[in-house]
Amino acid sequence: MQEVYLILGMFLVTFSVRFLLFAVAGRVHFPLWLSQALGFVPPAVLTAIIVPAVLMPEGDIWLSWQNPWLLAALFAFIVALIRKDLMTTIVAGMLAFMLLRFVLGL
Amino acid sequence: MTVSKGEEFSAGVKATLPLIVGAIPFGIIFGTLAETSGLSAWGAMAMSVIVYAGSSQFIALGLLAAGAAIPVIILTTFVVNLRHLLYAANLVPKVGHLPLRWRMMMAFGLTDETFAAVSNRFLRQASIDTAHWFYLGSFVAMYGNWILCTFVGIVLGEMFPDMTDWGLDFAMSVTFIGMVVPYLTNRPMWGAVIVAGAMAVATAFMPHKLGLIVAAVCGITTGMSLHLLQQRRQTQQQEVE
Repeated sequence: MQEVYLILGMFLVTFSVRFLLFAVAGRVHFPLWLSQALGFVPPAVLTAIIVPAVLMPEGDIWLSWQNPWLLAALFAFIVALIRKDLMTTIVAGMLAFMLLRFVLGL
Repeated sequence: MTVSKGEEFSAGVKATLPLIVGAIPFGIIFGTLAETSGLSAWGAMAMSVIVYAGSSQFIALGLLAAGAAIPVIILTTFVVNLRHLLYAANLVPKVGHLPLRWRMMMAFGLTDETFAAVSNRFLRQASIDTAHWFYLGSFVAMYGNWILCTFVGIVLGEMFPDMTDWGLDFAMSVTFIGMVVPYLTNRPMWGAVIVAGAMAVATAFMPHKLGLIVAAVCGITTGMSLHLLQQRRQTQQQEVE
């Protein structure tokens, strides 16, 4: 039952955000500051998810060279800065993580 | 030059194919991680069919696994999807003439990938007479692929229930890293991302993952402030010159 509420709720907020401007197409104007602020939304939200996931993978802050999540994330970040290609970043980051975790046993 | 509806439709499918390749691992990993995150196979399938929003679905899984409350997940979905307002704002002049049912279909299918394909089409051809058929082609291709990949992922997850121990949870982090980096082209963006990341760690103690929203708002405010400062400095320089 919980899942039904979750999915319906997610559908409602997703569809209303996507449909709002199409519904009133042509009748409203978007203030510039708002569209500029919206541009920061995806990177800010995604980073707020990534950093705790790799810096505190087991609940507590783990700032150490022994933390494979953190090391592989830093490596993927550098790869992404150089190559700017999503697939390359995913493959390189996953390989680094597998190597650190399962080969070196960190 | 007139282009038929069928030609527009298949052009939409073709333009979206390279983007579909990028979405395949996403859909499969979503399906695979669903059960271990606490979402049933039916729930995962229904989410892909009804919600159809890749990054929100992923975040929902992460939040479910972390024990977040359902209203928090819905609120996060709302925040994550706010970027679609930007896409819609961009497309409004091209869809205003269409009947409501077409605009509803387009809104449901408004993803990063379809927006990319459609805005590229408008870059090359300005005509809007049959452009909605191009949009439909892009949407159908993306949507069909997303549902299929979710299904494949669920089946793989059932076959290999210990797949979560393989470090697939890291796949989400690494995918997001690859998505964030292309934004980092100026100082306000760097500021937004650094503050959002630091605040996310500082607010990690907050219940129901509410810290995520606090951190995102702090990041957005920082980015916007730096952006306005930069603008003011530029106009001052122009006045001096």
